[in-house]
Amino acid sequence: MFSNPNDPPVLAAFKDSLLVGVIALLIFGPISGIILDGYSFNTHFKTPLILATIVFAGRFAYQMAMLTPWGQKFLERLAFSKGKRSVYVGSPNDHKYLWIILLVLFAAGLILPFYLSKYALTVAILAIIYVLLGLGLNIVVGLAGLLDLGFVAFYAVGAYTFALGSQYIGLGFWTAIPVAAALAAIFGGILGFPVLRMHGDYLAIVTLGFGEIIRLVLNNWTSFTGGPNGAKAAEPTLFGLEFTRTAKTEGHIPFHEFFGTVYNPNTKFIFLYIVVFLMACLMIFFFSRLRSMPMGRAWEALREDEIACRSLGINHVIVKLSAFMMGAMTGGIGGVFFAAQQGGFVNPTSFTFFESALILAIVVLGGMGSTVGVVIAALVLTLLPEVLRDFSDYRVLVFGGLMIFMMLWKPRGFLPIRRPYFSKEGQA
Amino acid sequence: MTTTPLLSVQGLTMRFGGILALNNVNFEVQKGSITALIGPNGAGKTTVFNCVTGFYKATEGQIILHDKGHEVNLRKVLGEKFKWSDYVNPSAFAERLYYKAFGGSHRVNQAGVARTFQNIRLFREMTVVENLLVAQHRHLDRNLIRGTLNTKSYRASEKRALDNAYYWLEVVNLTEDANRLAGDLPYGNQRRLEIARAMCTEPKLVCLDEPAAGLNPRETVELSTLIRHLRDKHDVTVLLIEHDMGLVMGISEHIVVLDYGQVIASGTPKEIEVNPKVLAAYLGTEEGDA
Repeated sequence: MFSNPNDPPVLAAFKDSLLVGVIALLIFGPISGIILDGYSFNTHFKTPLILATIVFAGRFAYQMAMLTPWGQKFLERLAFSKGKRSVYVGSPNDHKYLWIILLVLFAAGLILPFYLSKYALTVAILAIIYVLLGLGLNIVVGLAGLLDLGFVAFYAVGAYTFALGSQYIGLGFWTAIPVAAALAAIFGGILGFPVLRMHGDYLAIVTLGFGEIIRLVLNNWTSFTGGPNGAKAAEPTLFGLEFTRTAKTEGHIPFHEFFGTVYNPNTKFIFLYIVVFLMACLMIFFFSRLRSMPMGRAWEALREDEIACRSLGINHVIVKLSAFMMGAMTGGIGGVFFAAQQGGFVNPTSFTFFESALILAIVVLGGMGSTVGVVIAALVLTLLPEVLRDFSDYRVLVFGGLMIFMMLWKPRGFLPIRRPYFSKEGQA
Repeated sequence: MTTTPLLSVQGLTMRFGGILALNNVNFEVQKGSITALIGPNGAGKTTVFNCVTGFYKATEGQIILHDKGHEVNLRKVLGEKFKWSDYVNPSAFAERLYYKAFGGSHRVNQAGVARTFQNIRLFREMTVVENLLVAQHRHLDRNLIRGTLNTKSYRASEKRALDNAYYWLEVVNLTEDANRLAGDLPYGNQRRLEIARAMCTEPKLVCLDEPAAGLNPRETVELSTLIRHLRDKHDVTVLLIEHDMGLVMGISEHIVVLDYGQVIASGTPKEIEVNPKVLAAYLGTEEGDA
């Protein structure tokens, strides 16, 4: 405003900081300078002045730091990382030893539950459930480019399919997985159909509404869903063996009696962990195959340019619907495991918008479309809050800060996207 | 030249609200020809293109693609509004409902019309090969189970697509860029890639919207060689919009001139060159500009 382009840099920094300080004074003045006291108010001139001085000093220090060679280098790096593409094409020998790493990780993942406490097991199961959810939403948002803010709806559909199914028609854990997957996919299709013509913001709002509708129906249809009191799902079984101390169902034998061991309350969670772990591995395999299959390519092409897709004879309706349904299916499977992990109890408070936002954060942090990134982000975002229990008051604050920094420095996620390399002979 | 044209446009009219963008446009594209659509800026060339390729729904008129004896109505496959007569004619009603549900501009491509865009529309963050593989989507094995298990027939289908992609890369001379991101290619290469991508859908008619825009003279010469090659060797008919008169006069056999949404002349390049209406349309605008 009153700075001059010919000013020496220090003077320019001073003027800029002064302006920022004045703005801070204007903002803090009414907020912290006038404090209500009954029907009158007291004025505190000192507080806003101190705050404004802090802002001024901070801004000035920042400006001066940016003038030093170190600061200049930092700015350069920032500009460089912004211009750089976060997509690269792999080379043929990129992943020669990948299978060894995967094998080690797989084995480690399978052995892990036997060394965990019950608390750690439940956290680990939840973390893998979020991996599933992240993978599902990654298809819709990361690959097909359709912003979905109501993904938690499919998670709820899965969980409630298991709970209500076992209440009303005696659905077991194993049958619930495919049934919930199918039902969630149908719901995905139902949501997908009316929003096919929408893009971006409009789509996001409609999906947000859909998520809330599902939650409100679950909350208010008391006679069917039990409302806020929730619903109870059956205990998971393995070939008819239960994981409880005494058999809950007539004719079932508890796991420890069958094998003649001592009852261990962890067994159920170890079992659940292994099933959800294998399921997540299966999904990771399926989705990484899918990415190099025609359907996955069509999703990504749709994200890049819908009009071009149509000009190439690709039916964008089917491509969008398939993305919605495939994503919803994964969410539904995650829901079944969630219900089982909760001891069979689900209620609508688990399916709020915050969950959708968390899953979306996983996809965004992981790098839209990168499977490895999504897996890492899901693990980090669910395990970190548990590790940092002491700071739980600041969890959402840290979360918000993290998102802002991500959007500034790595808007496409932590990991760069790798495109497959095709030689004349085939995909490398 | 054969007697039945590949594409015939009759009485094409397009209104945007109160603006009459196209007024009763009639022209034909003969099979195996290179036909050019020219006209001053704002004459409605791109509107004709968008109607033919199914990106606009024409207000009135017929766009028929004749292909080996059977004909496709390119307006019908987009999904038209119901008419009163449909309610007493169940089969017409069912047909219209089918196209309303499953129709759209992708059907026009499936009928055999491919296009490129004036402002290049590549899948910029996918590789060059992937761009060509996406274009072959319809001819691929899309079965999820076979694909996940990577069966022999699935691999064979992918291999065919890859061979085809590399074949077209050779035709447009982009083999070395095969594994680069499409968005990183120089402008001229992006133009050629877009043509290759359109050709990968195995069209009968390929519509090129200003293919030479932004190309240098050498690239323009290469482009005209490429277009001729496509027509001669790949049994495809070419319809193009172009402002580069040198290119248009050099390669096209038939020219349709549009001005203010109407066809003011059509004929061979020789005829068009001396047509007084065309000269008036072009010179008039040039004087206005200067």
